[in-house]
Amino acid sequence: MAPLLEVRDLRIHFPTDDGLVKSVDGVSFSVDRGRTLGIVGESGSGKSVTSLGIMGLHGGTKARITGEIRLDGEELAHADPARVRELRGAKMAMIFQDPLSSLHPFYKVGDQIAEAYRIHHRKATGKQARQRAIDMLARVGIPQPAVRVADYPHQFSGGMRQRVMIAMALCNDPELLIADEPTTALDVTVQAQILDLISELQAEFGSAVIIITHDLGVVAQIADDILVMYAGRPAEYGAAADIFDRPGHPYTWGLLASMPRLDRERQSRLVPIPGTPPSLIRVPPGCPFHPRCRYTGATGGRCQTEVPVLSEPMTPGHAAACHLTVAQRAREWAALSAGQVPPGAGEPDSREPVPQGGVET
Amino acid sequence: MITFIIRRLIAAMFLLVVVSMVIFAIFFLLPKLGGQTNYQLATQYVGRNPTRAAVLQMEAQLGLDKPVYQQYWDYLRAIVAGEHYGTGVNSAYCPPPCFGYSFKNQQPVWPMLVSALPVTVSLAFGAAVLWLSFGIAIGVVSALKRGSVIDRLSMTIALAGVSLPIFFTGLVSLVLFSYKWPIFPNVQFVPLTQNPASWAKNLVLPWVTLAFLYAALYARLTRAGMLETMGEDYIRTARAKGLPERMVIYKHGLRAALTPIVTIFGLDLGLLLGGALLTEFTFTLHGLGLFTLEAVQNQDFPEIMGVVMLASFFIVIANLVVDVVYAVLDPRVRY
Repeated sequence: MAPLLEVRDLRIHFPTDDGLVKSVDGVSFSVDRGRTLGIVGESGSGKSVTSLGIMGLHGGTKARITGEIRLDGEELAHADPARVRELRGAKMAMIFQDPLSSLHPFYKVGDQIAEAYRIHHRKATGKQARQRAIDMLARVGIPQPAVRVADYPHQFSGGMRQRVMIAMALCNDPELLIADEPTTALDVTVQAQILDLISELQAEFGSAVIIITHDLGVVAQIADDILVMYAGRPAEYGAAADIFDRPGHPYTWGLLASMPRLDRERQSRLVPIPGTPPSLIRVPPGCPFHPRCRYTGATGGRCQTEVPVLSEPMTPGHAAACHLTVAQRAREWAALSAGQVPPGAGEPDSREPVPQGGVET
Repeated sequence: MITFIIRRLIAAMFLLVVVSMVIFAIFFLLPKLGGQTNYQLATQYVGRNPTRAAVLQMEAQLGLDKPVYQQYWDYLRAIVAGEHYGTGVNSAYCPPPCFGYSFKNQQPVWPMLVSALPVTVSLAFGAAVLWLSFGIAIGVVSALKRGSVIDRLSMTIALAGVSLPIFFTGLVSLVLFSYKWPIFPNVQFVPLTQNPASWAKNLVLPWVTLAFLYAALYARLTRAGMLETMGEDYIRTARAKGLPERMVIYKHGLRAALTPIVTIFGLDLGLLLGGALLTEFTFTLHGLGLFTLEAVQNQDFPEIMGVVMLASFFIVIANLVVDVVYAVLDPRVRY
């Protein structure tokens, strides 16, 4: 059986006065029911644009979308917007980063949930929708749901607000839930609760989940598969265990090495990735990551000229877009995970300046 | 909420008292501080080349010989209790609420205000209906069709609307639609109770003229508000729920964009109720604006005081109403 969501060679480009912004440029992945995909990347790597593209929320902008988005076999990328709207909120739902600004400040949370329910259940009465809102609030762990249903978003704490968002997204039992940085705006203690809640609800409803984040800690906790994106392109894609054990892309190494870990010695330094993400209008030729990569010397100039494709040289189902050979990758990752600092780390970056001005998504 | 309204009402009363003190001081205290004698002050109320006896009589009649605080107290008392001015042949009675007595017109101020009020109220409310409907509709369309021909055209007209003074647009409309093509000839005020059709027909030109200015302002405000609101995260959430675009725009977008406009509308209307001077002057409508103008030209202090008190009353009340309405519209505001 085909996976619930299948994305093939998705490209989302925005024409601007300064040139064509290639926010997403050739991304493919799939998520099945009951599975969780983590999409990881820095700001401007195209992760949010991808998710909004799946939801069909680029309507009204000048976005040019090519490629395929198949939800349960149904093509969405070029479907009638009215059809996508019917699916939106019903078969696929989304929660956003900042629950305060994502909830309408002037409507009671119960009314906002009931509205989401009624738009897809035309026959439901106001009373049924209200009861549904109360049930959903109870389900996401809001105390006294029958009372809180009449409160406004500003009367909730940050974590409770995100629970309300989740209740709203899940009120129509969607088969696909996209969570765009669901914990970024929350306290660390609350973050874990929200992630637990998402996993718990996923187990209960059997839905497919896409978690978008820049935080590898989040995906380590929750994801089955991981897609690492860089400059709108896939850098590495595979099972979470493979990517944490044997990451095959220098960018993933950078992300892992720049994450503090308790199981390392205190003395071992965090290794930042030098430079900043590139402009999505003038993506560097060859591998988009090469201006920030420490290993470009090992490939005989291919990094600067040839765009690497996602290939699976290591494990089946685990692909990385890099010109390094399997042996080189294994050696470098072994050195890095042993706590050795890579050449040039921490010194002033003397290489060519990285083009600035990445488009914030 | 009730306590809030009561508290605000008390504050409003206090504010009105302060306003009355300030106006009173301007007319009756400042000239004295500036060195004018009571005799000189009283001279202004008597005809040309007055006899000394007449001036002294006026001085006594107006109570100018009393201390200023005593005069102010008499003024306040008259509002509640009425006042007899002078004695004998020159006596005049001003029944409560007595907001002063115009000696130049030989009549109390309050009835004059009351007769001018319907004109201004008709003008302001009629224009408000026009400018709200047109301004908001144009603003919403412009925001949604940003950069389109409709947007550019309406924003150009709006720029003209806010830039052209009333006495220009008013006169042009008079020349065109009252003289050249006499669709609305001889614009004059007819009370609503007397003949509603005639009331409306006579007010069309003043309404349109006044509404043009405000509609232009409101179209720009609405457009800016809608553009900002439609970029908010909760609009994206509304779309993500699968709401039809129409609901996203009106239920979620416009609802938020209109809230600040309600505030401005309340204050604009309150201000207008104190007299739409330019419009009333252009169309010779004897409302509070024209009344004020004539009072100032005649240096009729009791009239000026009366009209300023009434205008302040409207502004204070408008502020109060706006605050209450805002608390209803925006649940984040609570008292």
